[in-house]
Amino acid sequence: MKALMFGWEFPPHILGGLGTASYGLTKGMHNCGDMDITFVIPKPWGDEERGFAEIIGASQTPVAWRDVSWDYVNQRIGKVMSPELYFKLRDHIYSDFNYLHLNDLGCIEFSGKYPDNLLEEINNYSIVAGVIARTIPCDVIHSHDWLTYPAGIHAKNITGKPLVIHVHATDFDRSRGNVNPTVFAIEKDGMENADHIITVSNLTRRTVIEKYGINPDKVTTVHNAVIPLDDELLNLPRIDTKDKVITFLGRITMQKGPEYFVEAAAKVLEKTKNVRFVMAGSGDMMDAMIKLVAKRGIADKFHFTGFLKGKQVYEMLRNSDVYVMPSVSEPFGISPLEAMEMGVPSIISKQSGCAEILDNVIKTDYWDIDAMADAMHSIVTNPALHNTLRDRGIEEIHGITWEKAGQKVIDIYKKVINK
Amino acid sequence: MKSICFYFKIHQPFRLKRYRFFDIGNDHYYYDDFANDEIINRMAEISYIPMANTLLEMVNNYKGEFKCAVDISGTAIEQLQLYVPEFIDTLKKLADTKCVEFLSGTYAHSLASLEDPEEFMREVKMHDDMIHNLFGVRPKVFANTELIYDDDTATLISAMGYKACLTEGAKHVLGWKSPNYVYTSAAAPQLKILLTNSKLERDISRNFNNPEWAEYPLTADKYMDWIAALPEEEQVVNLYLSMDTFGGFNPASSGIFDFMKALPHFGKQRGLIFATPSEVVKKLKPVGDITVPFPISDVGESRDVSAWKGNDLQREALGKLYAVGERVNLCSDRRLKLDWEYLQSSDHFYYMATGNTAEAAFSPYDSPFSAFTNYMNVLADFIVRVEEQFPEEIGNEELNSLLLTIRNQASEINSLKKEVKTLRTNISNAETKALPKKE
Repeated sequence: MKALMFGWEFPPHILGGLGTASYGLTKGMHNCGDMDITFVIPKPWGDEERGFAEIIGASQTPVAWRDVSWDYVNQRIGKVMSPELYFKLRDHIYSDFNYLHLNDLGCIEFSGKYPDNLLEEINNYSIVAGVIARTIPCDVIHSHDWLTYPAGIHAKNITGKPLVIHVHATDFDRSRGNVNPTVFAIEKDGMENADHIITVSNLTRRTVIEKYGINPDKVTTVHNAVIPLDDELLNLPRIDTKDKVITFLGRITMQKGPEYFVEAAAKVLEKTKNVRFVMAGSGDMMDAMIKLVAKRGIADKFHFTGFLKGKQVYEMLRNSDVYVMPSVSEPFGISPLEAMEMGVPSIISKQSGCAEILDNVIKTDYWDIDAMADAMHSIVTNPALHNTLRDRGIEEIHGITWEKAGQKVIDIYKKVINK
Repeated sequence: MKSICFYFKIHQPFRLKRYRFFDIGNDHYYYDDFANDEIINRMAEISYIPMANTLLEMVNNYKGEFKCAVDISGTAIEQLQLYVPEFIDTLKKLADTKCVEFLSGTYAHSLASLEDPEEFMREVKMHDDMIHNLFGVRPKVFANTELIYDDDTATLISAMGYKACLTEGAKHVLGWKSPNYVYTSAAAPQLKILLTNSKLERDISRNFNNPEWAEYPLTADKYMDWIAALPEEEQVVNLYLSMDTFGGFNPASSGIFDFMKALPHFGKQRGLIFATPSEVVKKLKPVGDITVPFPISDVGESRDVSAWKGNDLQREALGKLYAVGERVNLCSDRRLKLDWEYLQSSDHFYYMATGNTAEAAFSPYDSPFSAFTNYMNVLADFIVRVEEQFPEEIGNEELNSLLLTIRNQASEINSLKKEVKTLRTNISNAETKALPKKE
């Protein structure tokens, strides 16, 4: 089966969970066998893992004819795309896009991030999708998150193949209810044009059905999984400290509920010695959190690390005794799974999608700081609880594989293709 | 002639309220009165009261031909006294018929037999004293919490003077043997062992109201046929059922009470006798002995104690609890001693089970982890209170000898006082005598 996927992020150049999930799912589907996947991203860097999917960069796809030689193309973009593919794509240019800002290869430049002119980039991505859809034969089209819905719809209109969209988050999650009308419109348009919708949790599924008015029959939940971590990360050494460390790790934004973490920390510190709190990450609420920590008078035991990347994240987890994710609204939330795989007991909010599939974690309501503080206190003071959550957590995570999720997606493909 | 022994079990724990770690040291009341009140009232209404009335009716209608046994925990009695006192009166009526035997057991439905032999004996005595006070009889047959049994427990029970003990007819212990005989314990040859017939129990408890069961619907004559059809030599069928099987798990609308009422009639037709366990052990000769090196129970697929001691959380909680047992027994604070009882109920540990989801159905907690957290918070406060009375630094033995000295000193002071008093009297007597008579 041939699938044409549109994504926005891909490891190792990721900004959030979307890239990790897209990568894991694609790889899992490949491992299920008999899948031929082409994955389109705005801007590949050349160091992406290949083999399980063909990666096409929108930045390397020509939308206007340029008379260039094989050698020139190879020298310019050879490390991310083969010149043969470039020429094949060039044969399928379908309109004159010279009015756009193009480079010497007739390609649109993409940032591949979330720039201020994001809407323009989304639109350009959709133009490029037209060329790719005409070039690459496929049986099904799969769009990851709202940024790529317009591209998916465009490809569907050209090929007539069924469109599956994958909702990793909705604007309701990102904004605590104050949705951006433009984003909402793009999301709703994508959902209405899709032949089937995949959501990462039942929580998101309900949002799609209730807030976007979508027929429940065409919405299916496929929970995310976790890619087993490298031994290098799993074997990171732990720095011996006298104090127990309780960690918040993620963007410090409204969606992640950082203030509940601070309030719970204040409650724990009132009664417990030898415990420290770390808020790792950055975000628009960081300054407010620093102020709140000072106001509660716990700044001597509460630490901010700033943004962590790559290996630093795992070093932080390795030195944590408890991981807390008090998200107000989390479509899935892959980081507790990583924490658990690193052997760190986790406390997650019931409002997180991953709470639907995890058993060996402590679940509290995000607003219930008493319960959250109680759980923190219990894990750091009862080694038996810490060890049980650690051991059973590792075991549980090993059973959550992308292959299982991938198989579910393949089954959905079969259903929409045969319809 | 085969005998049928019915045992009806009643137990309710004192469920704990939501107790956070910042309550430790501040709040010494641990119980969810609302939930306890609501649950026991509901159970009494749908199950205990109608079932006890059914039993009373059966006993009266068949003039001593229907007999059975009741196994009720001390904590259940306390809650019934508090919330449903009329039920205690019904139990008294049942006791007065002499056709209903009360079993011995642990006061708090505790796991003391696995953790602390001395505490276990104290618990059993406390339970039996309560039964004696209320119903005027001292239990003679023992049934441990959830029928937990092993050779060590057998030795203890026998030493306490019980004639017989009821336990689970667990397949892995019995092997080819049938549960439908009286046995003796290999560890304590004086102690007779009665074994439950779990297949026939399950037919009432699980299958009675299950339309998918091949034998559905179960009628009283069919059930009595099955028992009558057992091999000639098999002497006794022990059926140990939770009281809430009747009216609770099998609602009244399933016809469970009518089924029970019809049993004596059809039993009589087939020459079956309904007996109390004491009668059974008196009448029947043991056919062999039974060795149980590892504890068995009537819970779970493996019929062992893993439902309460299966994971680290449970073992940790039990260990921490029983570590202060000796100290609690030195204390004289009544409230503390009561809490000590309530905290021992096996239910608290059952809620912490992580094995399967069957346990979760009865748990007031949303996960074994929150059950553990809540319990450990309560226990932490309890331990603080124990230590306030007896600081940790003083060893148990040292404490014991100190207490002994204090007690000895008290009696010494008393005897000295007495001596002083007699001497004084003597002196004054002597003085009176010595005084010259006034003329």
